[in-house]
Amino acid sequence: MNANDPILETLNLVKEFKGFVAVNGVSLKLKRGSIHALIGPNGAGKTTVFNLLTKFLAPSSGMIFFNGVDITGERPAQTARRGIVRSFQISAVFPHMSVLENVRVALQRRLGNSYRFWQPENSLLQLNEHAMALLADVGLETFADTLTVELPYGRKRALELATTLATEPELMLLDEPTQGMGHEDVHRVTEMIRKAAVNRTILMVEHNMSVVSSIADTITVMQRGSVIAEGSYAEVSANPQVIEAYMGTTDTALQGAH
Amino acid sequence: MRLTTYVYIALAALAVLAPLIGLYPVFVMKLLCFAIFACAFNLLLGYTGLLSFGHAAYFGAAAYTTGYLVKTLHWTPEVAILGGMALAAFSGLIVGAMAIRRQGIYFAMITLALAQMLYFVCLQLKLTGGEDGLQGVPRGNLFGMLSLSNDTTMYYFVLALFVTVFLLIRRIVHSPFGQILKAIRENEPRAVSLGYDVERYKLLAFVLSTTLAGLAGSLKTLVFGFATLSDVHWSMSGEVILMTLLGGVGTFFGPVLGAGIVVALQDNLADKVGSWVSVIIGAIFVVCVMAFRRGLVGEAQAFFGRKKKTA
Repeated sequence: MNANDPILETLNLVKEFKGFVAVNGVSLKLKRGSIHALIGPNGAGKTTVFNLLTKFLAPSSGMIFFNGVDITGERPAQTARRGIVRSFQISAVFPHMSVLENVRVALQRRLGNSYRFWQPENSLLQLNEHAMALLADVGLETFADTLTVELPYGRKRALELATTLATEPELMLLDEPTQGMGHEDVHRVTEMIRKAAVNRTILMVEHNMSVVSSIADTITVMQRGSVIAEGSYAEVSANPQVIEAYMGTTDTALQGAH
Repeated sequence: MRLTTYVYIALAALAVLAPLIGLYPVFVMKLLCFAIFACAFNLLLGYTGLLSFGHAAYFGAAAYTTGYLVKTLHWTPEVAILGGMALAAFSGLIVGAMAIRRQGIYFAMITLALAQMLYFVCLQLKLTGGEDGLQGVPRGNLFGMLSLSNDTTMYYFVLALFVTVFLLIRRIVHSPFGQILKAIRENEPRAVSLGYDVERYKLLAFVLSTTLAGLAGSLKTLVFGFATLSDVHWSMSGEVILMTLLGGVGTFFGPVLGAGIVVALQDNLADKVGSWVSVIIGAIFVVCVMAFRRGLVGEAQAFFGRKKKTA
């Protein structure tokens, strides 16, 4: 496989819900090792694309290739094991497990003992060290024994990121990682994403333009289920179609937060 | 948690001494059989989050199997019990494979429908004795040596199996597998996105539950010497739900307590108030659902948990 081949490629992806086309002929190419942002107004089909890529939804037509392999017909857990791991729009944690246990659930899969109902729980203790290291990376090491439901929102998102990273995904899909966060949390999560992107490809849906402009290498803009522009931030933000999609008029330039 | 330890020690002592202090062994054995059944059911409802409305099918199928193997084929009781459990596991696998992808009420309906099918099969088959059921099943000799016809011997055999099941369920819940079950219960899409085939985990939990429900049914046949249609009747499925909820779903001891209360009420009230016993148990259930949602053990845990926090 050539390093210049795209890590993920979609061909004419279509998703129809009864009489409504949510995703209409989307062809994406994700460059290996890049941070790729997917933006667009509400209802543009960004989250549906995420659900198609991770198999939570089956496409009506079109194909998906990961590292050159056709994964269009795979089950979601299979796709996850291939190395495409997603986060969710609403923070996806296991609320009544400790922070450490949350990360450990992700690490446990590689241990290969997850069907062993006769094995004592302390067989999982060997994962603690690795889990603590992952928590330290996102600044959660002092919260290891906290029940996750008690964490503040921003910390939950950090935990979600640590859990996703624990699976060592080749391609990480982040659905609005800074949504609902205060200014400081946004900055911290942005730095975490930048750090996580080393040796990894990231596709993210994001509304916060200052985040997108500061870390995304490539930006794809969607509107009403179709791609209307693609390129660097400078290219995309100067595109009249994009400005119109966002502002409803071509008069104003695309600026700052959404 | 010290208190829990004392409670367990006291209960263990009571269980061991029961035949010596004049508790009627058949009554305690019945209680223990239903406690095993409720614990098995709780593994599914409390720790996997699946509501099966047809668990009598596995209880009853194993009850008939063990009865048939002992009475007609003269197998020794321990092998006949394993035979009953094997059939319960197999039917659990078939039903589970069909139902596990459905959620909530649909899952409950499929399990109920398939259990009703089994009921009518048991009613029609010659093998199961139709309306008469299998009567006069001997207890036989354990490992071909130890006679179980003595109630005290049989009692300790049942008690040993109950303790094994109780500890096994604790182990399952606190195992690597139990961790994944908990994760699935907490946030299923997230568990999928981390690469877990959640349906397979649920199916394994379902089969474990039906297998243990089978053990309960097999033991019941040996204790009473019969297997009848009431073992596969839907009201038996309802009863095990009642026991579990009354005692406390998702707690280790709740189902045992729930089974104890229901069995004690049935045995003590049946000859005094006749069929009114169903009304009384129904009323208790309504009160339980309205006032203590977490069941008796669940409420007690919540109460002592709060006390601990404020102290």
